[in-house]
Amino acid sequence: MSTRTPETVTEHTFYLNLGPQHPSTHGVLRLFVKLDGEYVMEVDPIIGYGHRGHEKMAESHFYEQFLPNTPRMDYLSGMLFNHAYVAAVEKMTGIKPPPRAEYIRVVCAELNRVASHLMWLGAYLMDLGGVTPFFYAFDDRENILDILDRVSGSRLTYNYCRFGGVARDVDDTFIGATRDFIKRLRGRWKDYNNLVTKNVIFIHRTRDVGVIDKDIALRFGCTGPVLRAAGVPYDVRRVEPYSVYSELDFEIPTGVNGDALDRYMIRLREMEQSLRIIEQALDRLPGGPIRTPTPNKVRPPKGDYYFAAESARGALGYYIVSDGSEYPYRLKVRVPSYGNLQTLTEVLPGTLVADTICILGSIDIVVPEIDR
Amino acid sequence: MNAAWHYLVGTLGPDLARIILGLVGILVLVQLNAVFLVWLERKVAGHIQARLGPMEVGPHGILQTIVDGIKLVSKELITPRHVDRKLFVLAPIVVFLPAMVGLVVIPFSRHLQVRDLNVGLLLIFAFSSFNVLAILMGGWAANNKYSLMGAIRSVAQNVAYEIPLLLTVVSVLLWSDSLRMSSIVNSQAQVWNVVWMPVAALIFMICATAETNRAPFDIPEAESELVGGFHTEYSGMRFALFFLAEYSNIFIEAAVATTLFFGGWRGPLLPGVVWFFLKTYALIFVVMWVRWTFPRLRFDQLMNFCWKILIPAALIHLVVYAGILELVK
Amino acid sequence: MSLEDLKKELEEIVEPSSVHTRDYDRNGCLLEIRAERSRLLSIAQAARDAGFFLEFITAVDFTEGPIAVYQFNECNAVSRIQVKVQLARGESLPSIGRVYDAALWYEREVFDLFGIRFDNHPDLRRLLLPEDADFHPLLKEYGKVHAFRSAREIYVDQDA
Repeated sequence: MSTRTPETVTEHTFYLNLGPQHPSTHGVLRLFVKLDGEYVMEVDPIIGYGHRGHEKMAESHFYEQFLPNTPRMDYLSGMLFNHAYVAAVEKMTGIKPPPRAEYIRVVCAELNRVASHLMWLGAYLMDLGGVTPFFYAFDDRENILDILDRVSGSRLTYNYCRFGGVARDVDDTFIGATRDFIKRLRGRWKDYNNLVTKNVIFIHRTRDVGVIDKDIALRFGCTGPVLRAAGVPYDVRRVEPYSVYSELDFEIPTGVNGDALDRYMIRLREMEQSLRIIEQALDRLPGGPIRTPTPNKVRPPKGDYYFAAESARGALGYYIVSDGSEYPYRLKVRVPSYGNLQTLTEVLPGTLVADTICILGSIDIVVPEIDR
Repeated sequence: MNAAWHYLVGTLGPDLARIILGLVGILVLVQLNAVFLVWLERKVAGHIQARLGPMEVGPHGILQTIVDGIKLVSKELITPRHVDRKLFVLAPIVVFLPAMVGLVVIPFSRHLQVRDLNVGLLLIFAFSSFNVLAILMGGWAANNKYSLMGAIRSVAQNVAYEIPLLLTVVSVLLWSDSLRMSSIVNSQAQVWNVVWMPVAALIFMICATAETNRAPFDIPEAESELVGGFHTEYSGMRFALFFLAEYSNIFIEAAVATTLFFGGWRGPLLPGVVWFFLKTYALIFVVMWVRWTFPRLRFDQLMNFCWKILIPAALIHLVVYAGILELVK
Repeated sequence: MSLEDLKKELEEIVEPSSVHTRDYDRNGCLLEIRAERSRLLSIAQAARDAGFFLEFITAVDFTEGPIAVYQFNECNAVSRIQVKVQLARGESLPSIGRVYDAALWYEREVFDLFGIRFDNHPDLRRLLLPEDADFHPLLKEYGKVHAFRSAREIYVDQDA
């Protein structure tokens, strides 16, 4: 329910609800839009439809019991959220996972990033009206889901990382399947470029649309492809390397204009960079144990700790306040889509309704992570 | 067969018999065509998207549409309380008008034409404007913001794209000197019109795609933006009628394009009817191909494209060809 | 502006004893500032002028009252700053929405989950819970919690 009253409505303007049930709002998001004909005057994103109280749950669960909650916040980057949480608690407690586990985590995390970007690609093009790339992207994504399913047991909400390492070891089938997948996806770039990147209608729909420049991005705390499209090469894996990212070689694609086309190109290139990371990690995969022994219930020392990681959508962070017991005193999850979604209040006014969907899609938000 | 025909002619007179048989034939053709095109679209879409399309019902899913039709007929016809009842019920019926009337004058072969009116082409275009009226009726009657926005967009789009459509048709008329459909076909006895006015054919196909609300011009039914556009509130058979009418309109436009540019039923060896259907369905295949390849144009880009690019192009084309014809004659 | 310069500026706004250097490996941030609520806007403005962005605003509930936590970071290098403001029960905070647009939603969330009001916030309504909800879930007196402690018990060896 909104507290708006119709006294500000003139003859030409009317209010439209985009969502919460709508084919194009990714998750349960409601955009309360004031329209003047086809032009957007004001927009008020209304969230909270998916609020499940994860942060409250954390206060009455052990650290281990909270592990399954992590991938359910952003279900498209489940492995990345899981990895970041485990790494946060490990750093607090001083647990060092063995190198093999670190490399496995990086491979799975980057596979998850590629899967998330592929899903975004399909859904975004479908919002714009081109249904065909959706099938191609999901066809490729199925491969990743099968690979990760084999090793972690789930297709989407992975609970694979444990404090001190990973739950299960990877075998040669996994490595072979991943290498095959990398080769297959690299062969597909030509298809995607022909079908989407060079598609004249797609370029017309996305060029100079939804420009989020550096000033807007920094004011709203945007991170991830949204910030990189504005020209700022901020990637947590480069600025604050965690796990074994400091030993791996990859580029940070940046854009120039900050429009929807730039964000699309960046995500496309990020997928290629993720493939590079996976290859290097597989090449360097050492032998050895996959888990250092940890106490049954970890008890991080008293104090607070913040750990940052790079999820598919931007900079993710866990702020943990510990009182020395096995229960967290406070756990806050800083999600990238929070700031990214807020930019809509500034970017949308003045654009057309059709552009609303285009801009919303290009920002790539997942509403459950905002709602937690 | 011959005996039946003679009996019919004997009782009713040749004219009336021809009309009745023709109308029955048109009704059958419209339904069969719609059924076939729905199946064809799903197969084409499937193969473009690296999958197979319907395969279960009948060999390669041929019976799928019939089964879907039975399902739709058996659904409850929900009429929401807040709609304008008369218009709501009338819109899906009116939307079929252009197809039914247009088929009367299409020359399927030298002799297969229900009525060879001397203003045949004009009749088709006059009735195709009912398309706009029906969509507006449907969108308005549904009494809902989404539908209204879809209907408004459709009106603007259809009215705008009719102009270059008609301008290219006038270029063809300059050559054929007649609005009679059979004369237009006969004027292409030596060479198809597309060979020496390809730009007109291209503009015609683009405008035909826009007139029938096909992607990339399917903003009125933009599923991902307005939920359903003008047909948001329709369900069951009424919803199906809108789509069957869309396929029938596509058939009409493709048939008109075949007649105007691709030589109609003319062709060596095979009987005229076969050539006609081959050419028409080839054009429809191209229209489908375009739909599954391109995303949607934004509404203002669509209107700009029409007013600023297509209309000047069609006008220039008309003037240039008028000049050429004057010199040649 | 580098972190060192910002540190000097912040030491002019609050007392130098409130600016603590932290070990990045132990806490994840480089500077921690215990501020009074009246200094909050100046700190935010200084961070904004230095080119920092707002990472998040949240709160932690203690027996004395909640502590509001603000975190700023920079894009060029690790320069994370935490600002902590101890509040009494029922005390409000000034809104930094004028300085950082991102703060608008973070403050709404803190209001929603903790009941802390923000003065001069243009649109302080609930964000995550329904608008007519009458409870603040993340307060320790609500629902199932394991512990309700004092801040001094937790931030034991952090008064460097």
